[in-house]
Amino acid sequence: MMEIVLAVTAVILSLAAAGAILRIARGPSLLDRVLASDVLLSILGAALCVDMAVNRHLNNLMLLVALSIIGFIGSVTVARFVADRREQLHES
Amino acid sequence: MSPEPAALDTVIDTVSAVFMIVGSLMSLAAAVGLLRFPDLLSRMHAATKPQVLGLFLLLASIGLQMRTWWVWPVLLVAWIFQLLTVPVSAHMVGRAGYRTKHLHRELLSSDDLEAVVQKAAAKASREDASDGGRQD
Repeated sequence: MMEIVLAVTAVILSLAAAGAILRIARGPSLLDRVLASDVLLSILGAALCVDMAVNRHLNNLMLLVALSIIGFIGSVTVARFVADRREQLHES
Repeated sequence: MSPEPAALDTVIDTVSAVFMIVGSLMSLAAAVGLLRFPDLLSRMHAATKPQVLGLFLLLASIGLQMRTWWVWPVLLVAWIFQLLTVPVSAHMVGRAGYRTKHLHRELLSSDDLEAVVQKAAAKASREDASDGGRQD
């Protein structure tokens, strides 16, 4: 049964990753791309979770936490950077 | 007594399989929302909301598959961490999107930030005017 679940979740997560990558490629603004890459990162985390659950190990748990830290820092930094740059443009 | 553990095993396996598939479908929902929604703010909703439930379901399926109690606190910490970080990053992205005007105003049903921005702009222009008066 676990093999079937693994196959189904692999297909679903591949479709989701394809959608996120399509939005990264097409996204009209920088913030859309940041958001889509955040989603791609959490899809990666979901894939790690499925791997841990199917194969019954916990090797990736710290990697999962680190992944969410990286996503958080990345999107907050880029959002802050965009805001600051536009403000300076507005003032000048 | 003997058939009990096997039946329980099957039930736990089924529940965790359902959790895994639904959790993956949450990721798919986020991606579909990213592709289909018209502007940044609605895409932000689609990107951040399903992921928390999806991660919760996947972590629960890990906990069910491991069949031990000590993993649950670790998984809970991972999930709480996600709960703390996701709203902050969504807020920052939404704020930056509002400031850089990446939104369709006609799609908003109410804009609570508009009044605050107008008030701040009026205050800034008042201060500018008083500063200018002092310089002249």
